[in-house]
Amino acid sequence: MNPSDDSSRQARRIFLRDLGRGAACAGAVAGVGTLLASAGKAAGKEAPGAGEFPAKGFDWTKHRWAYAVDATRCIGCLRCVEACKRENGVALDAHHFRTWVERYVYLEGEDKPRVDTQADPVNIEAAGSETKYRFANRYEDAKVEKAFFVPKLCNHCTHPSCVQVCPTGATYKTKDGAVLIDHKYCIGCQYCVQACPYGARFFNHAKGVTDKCTWCYHRVVKGLQPACVEVCPVQARLFGDLNDKESPVSHFLQDNRVQVLKPETGNGPNVFYIGIDKEVS
Amino acid sequence: MDPLFQAAPFSGYVYPNETVIPWSVLIVVYPYLTGLVAGAFIVSALYHVFGMRQFKVVSKFAMLLALCLMVCVPLPLLLHLGHPERAFNAMITPHLTSAFAIFGYAAAFYVVLLMLENWFVFRPQFVQLGKTGWRPARWAFRLIALGSDDLSDHAMRYDHKWIYALAVIGIPAAFGLHGYVGFVFGSLKSREWWSSDLMPPIFLFSAVISGTALVIVTYVLSCKLRKVPIDMACMKGLAVTLWSFLILALLLEGVEFASLMYRSREGIEVIRQFVFGPLVVPFFVLQFGLGSIVPLLTLSFLIWRGTGGRALVLALTTCAVLVMFAVLMMRYNVVIGGQEISKTGKGLLAYEPEVFGREGLLAAASVLVAPFVLLLVSLQVLSPWTDEAAA
Repeated sequence: MNPSDDSSRQARRIFLRDLGRGAACAGAVAGVGTLLASAGKAAGKEAPGAGEFPAKGFDWTKHRWAYAVDATRCIGCLRCVEACKRENGVALDAHHFRTWVERYVYLEGEDKPRVDTQADPVNIEAAGSETKYRFANRYEDAKVEKAFFVPKLCNHCTHPSCVQVCPTGATYKTKDGAVLIDHKYCIGCQYCVQACPYGARFFNHAKGVTDKCTWCYHRVVKGLQPACVEVCPVQARLFGDLNDKESPVSHFLQDNRVQVLKPETGNGPNVFYIGIDKEVS
Repeated sequence: MDPLFQAAPFSGYVYPNETVIPWSVLIVVYPYLTGLVAGAFIVSALYHVFGMRQFKVVSKFAMLLALCLMVCVPLPLLLHLGHPERAFNAMITPHLTSAFAIFGYAAAFYVVLLMLENWFVFRPQFVQLGKTGWRPARWAFRLIALGSDDLSDHAMRYDHKWIYALAVIGIPAAFGLHGYVGFVFGSLKSREWWSSDLMPPIFLFSAVISGTALVIVTYVLSCKLRKVPIDMACMKGLAVTLWSFLILALLLEGVEFASLMYRSREGIEVIRQFVFGPLVVPFFVLQFGLGSIVPLLTLSFLIWRGTGGRALVLALTTCAVLVMFAVLMMRYNVVIGGQEISKTGKGLLAYEPEVFGREGLLAAASVLVAPFVLLLVSLQVLSPWTDEAAA
């Protein structure tokens, strides 16, 4: 994605929105001159990235966000999943997640790992409800050769397939690297849900639009960490600014040889992993 | 369970969000209807552009059929959208890298083209209807004729030039429209079942056979209802058209399937499990065997033996019904099948269509029936037949 495309798309969206408002005002006073003045004002409005945008005290041209996962640290406590659901008002069921945790278990004598998440019926039964999250101790009596957890979320790709296929531009990439959805513009066709190779998107049935992880952008613009990072008790999840060489995520990338998921898609994911295995996809 | 959605059962490992299948049977109906339009138009164009006179008897009818189908094409999409009232966002601020964004323009262009073509084809009838009958109806038909009531030879020759020109434009437009539908699926790298360069031509040729088959079925049915003898030259021409395009469609589908299996990229174990498990009946038995091989062998036999008369009508109509069914199954197996194979490459889902919901079987069936209701209404007013005088 060309960064200039992003800003021009954002500019176009703001321009059209303000043009609409301008037109409504003009209609009220029934003056063509007012219309032109409103449109002119809208067109001359502060361009995205030129100052404090998209929030007060925040300039999205100054940051380059990235996310890191140290799978060797994850203990599968699923506090991240719960925090995400509550922070972002995600439906409390086993079919809609902005983030989830996968468990890979290699049993003795088996070639392939057994994979499950908190949404697996066995784990839901162990938790007692879809709204509670835990991994059942289902391999208690088995001989486990290797086991680990892998937190998953939207990869906020550099070349996101979801943005490419969105027919209206409701899904877009911000200048600081997050892939967001304009819920007031999304038509709910779910083409992006199909296009995402990572299964990160889902349909928000209550709103009639698609939904996914935003890296808690509403928190990030206030200088806070994403909810999942904030609650992780073992620092398996890290978030930060690659423009800041001292940020935890910059150190993570400097200190480790990292992997991304499904690199063959060419999407250029911005969630970097260590401690995952070849079977993780 | 939340009544807002239906979760699909799964086996193996699937991403948690995949358990709600995004595209329902409505998105099966959408490419099916589009395909019928393209096929019906091609049959009409065989007469209008290529001068194949055996198709004259169905040329006007196929054109009207194409229009009735085309105006219903957006219905399944609108029913599917979370916010149908925002559908025009895709046209007002199109995102040009999206295959979907182009649909609004392609469909609108094609509707206009079909309306113009039908207007020229049926203008003499509009003029006639504007001269007789109930006064408000006369006014309405004069309005539809846009005041153009000249039926002289010169005017008809002029009309014919337009019909020819529009049909010439319409052929690449029909090919483009349907090729694009294939691209909507084929261009997605996230699903191995869809991701193929052959998707556009596969959709295109299956479109042509389904449309031709529909013209055969509706023509035979109309002749029976109107008690008019069936034109054997036309039937033989349609048989050859169906047969030749069926070979092309089968060849492309075979090549695509063979290369998918032969390439055996990541996740092939699950695809094999899918193909030789839940797909055996819908794909191998229904779509491939009953819907494609049986008609291909039957048509080959009919053409080889030069069969005519009642036997041809009966056999060809049966083949046409089977082909239409096969293409519907093909759309189902592509659209639904693609979503039943998990993006994890480690699991399978099972789509269970709802019956009464907005995206249920009843809604899909209603959308499929809608063009034919429209056709029946149109036929109350217009006569697309040239064989009635002979009867």
